Amino acid sequence: MTSATTQTSPLLEARRLSVSIGGNAVCRDLDLSLQAGERLAILGRNGAGKSTLLSVLAGLRAAQAGAVLLDGSSYTALGPRRSALIRGWLPQARGDAFASTVLETALVGRHPHLDRWQWESAGDAKIVREALAAVDLAEFEQRDVQTLSGGERQRLAIATLLAQTPRLFLLDEPIAHLDLKHQIAMLELFAGAARDCGAGVVMVLHEPALAWRFCDRALLIHGDGTTESGPAREMLTAERLSALYQYPLQAIECDGRISFIPR
Amino acid sequence: MPTRRRALFILAALTGLALSSIALALMVGSIPVSPTEVFSTLFNHGGGMAGDVVRSLRLPRALAGFACGGLLALAGALLQILLRNPLADPYVLGISGGAGVGAMLAILFGLSAAGINGFAFLGALGAMLVVFGLAHGDGSWTQTRLLLTGVIVAAGCGAVVALMLSIAPEHKLRGMLFWLMGDLSQTNDPKLALGILGAALLVALPFARELNLLARGADTAQTLGVAVARLRRGVYLVASLATAAAVTHAGSIGFIGLIVPHLVRLAAGNDQRLLLPASVLAGGSLLVIADTLARTIVAPQQLPVGVLTALIGVPVFLFLLTRDTQARRP
Repeated sequence: MTSATTQTSPLLEARRLSVSIGGNAVCRDLDLSLQAGERLAILGRNGAGKSTLLSVLAGLRAAQAGAVLLDGSSYTALGPRRSALIRGWLPQARGDAFASTVLETALVGRHPHLDRWQWESAGDAKIVREALAAVDLAEFEQRDVQTLSGGERQRLAIATLLAQTPRLFLLDEPIAHLDLKHQIAMLELFAGAARDCGAGVVMVLHEPALAWRFCDRALLIHGDGTTESGPAREMLTAERLSALYQYPLQAIECDGRISFIPR
Repeated sequence: MPTRRRALFILAALTGLALSSIALALMVGSIPVSPTEVFSTLFNHGGGMAGDVVRSLRLPRALAGFACGGLLALAGALLQILLRNPLADPYVLGISGGAGVGAMLAILFGLSAAGINGFAFLGALGAMLVVFGLAHGDGSWTQTRLLLTGVIVAAGCGAVVALMLSIAPEHKLRGMLFWLMGDLSQTNDPKLALGILGAALLVALPFARELNLLARGADTAQTLGVAVARLRRGVYLVASLATAAAVTHAGSIGFIGLIVPHLVRLAAGNDQRLLLPASVLAGGSLLVIADTLARTIVAPQQLPVGVLTALIGVPVFLFLLTRDTQARRP
């Protein structure tokens, strides 16, 4: 998938990117570009380097070689504040050292939109309340975050990300800890952001069937430095996924949806 | 929902508390001075002997106490954020240990008060550089590594201090122990400490909202637009210098830096825009009150103020801790 000839620069672009962690190669010379409105799934076994690659794409960690461009500029050129207006990142692990209410926690998402001495306005509070409502946490405003369950914390992190209103969402296991209903609701939410607002979405997923349903493209990370990417329907086949997870899978189709069953 | 109006209201109330604590410190003592007399000595320079006591003894001591309490509370609040650890206090990174080694050396050599202060400050700077250099040497920086380095350096300094105490001649022991427990009776000029307190607060306040983000994790803060590496270095520097200034002035006064930020957090929330100035005011007031008690409870003898802050601090902290866990139970 090359789109070098388009007029505007892609939302996210990786050029000849090489990433490794602890001596293991995650990817070599990876070229990747994501246009507004596109949804990309990253799949691979545990420890293959999905989160590492995502944090490189988020500008949190340096690559061994190659460049990551956000809207055509590097993270260094943009600086942290302007980067934060373009891309948002959903971390996999989080812990709160201090007590804080749900509303206050989600309000930190507004940080890049405020000047140094500015306090959050009623407008910011409105955006945050809408984000909390979107993740089904409207009733939880005054709850202490340390009393929330794992799934509720995950949805709060998503609300904080929505309050940031980035154009590019980098999601590390966005549906971890969520029940089935909320898994689909959150994926619908990001699919909607891509469809209606032209947001770009990159998500690390462990469920290939949901990647098949909610993403246009897929990037498979094999863990030995080799990667494959292409349209989701071509990449997410029982054959390829069996090789990726090193476990035989069988695809079952039903009403236009697909499911992969371990044999 | 944090608002500026609420923050200003709370800060105004705490300013009232600070002024009352200083007024109390000026009135109470071996010569009781009435409020009207205090007022007239301060603004009309009258009052005879009571006026002298207030102006040249009690006022400098109260102001120095306020400055040191404020510095310790500010440093504690900053380090709790930097280390993302509610148990961090200004001494956790070994700065007071370094100052202690310096001060003990100076007392052993028989130096004057100025010499003790100078050595204590050099010791604090030395510990600060060692911890920073070891924890930050290769450019990476994790909270665990910083915390461990600090704890180890503090332990090393503690051993050196114990060694010097054990070989010190009998007549110097009392001075050394008082310094280690924290003591405001030797302070005479509060201007420098007050100036450092003002400067530290002015440097920290513009970054208060970024500190709120840092408290939620470095990566989250970075993706929300904070230059994390630069901010952490700045916080370390400001907190260390504030601690060094307070310790140099008044010895290792315990518990102010640990409990005051927690008290403010429990009462007013964890928004650093409010927490930092509120901690300064509350920490200053608490130390002034503790010092007033320290010099009046068993007058004419004086207790080391560090003993009193700990005696007040431990039960208050334990009470808040148990209340907090009960409130959290669903």
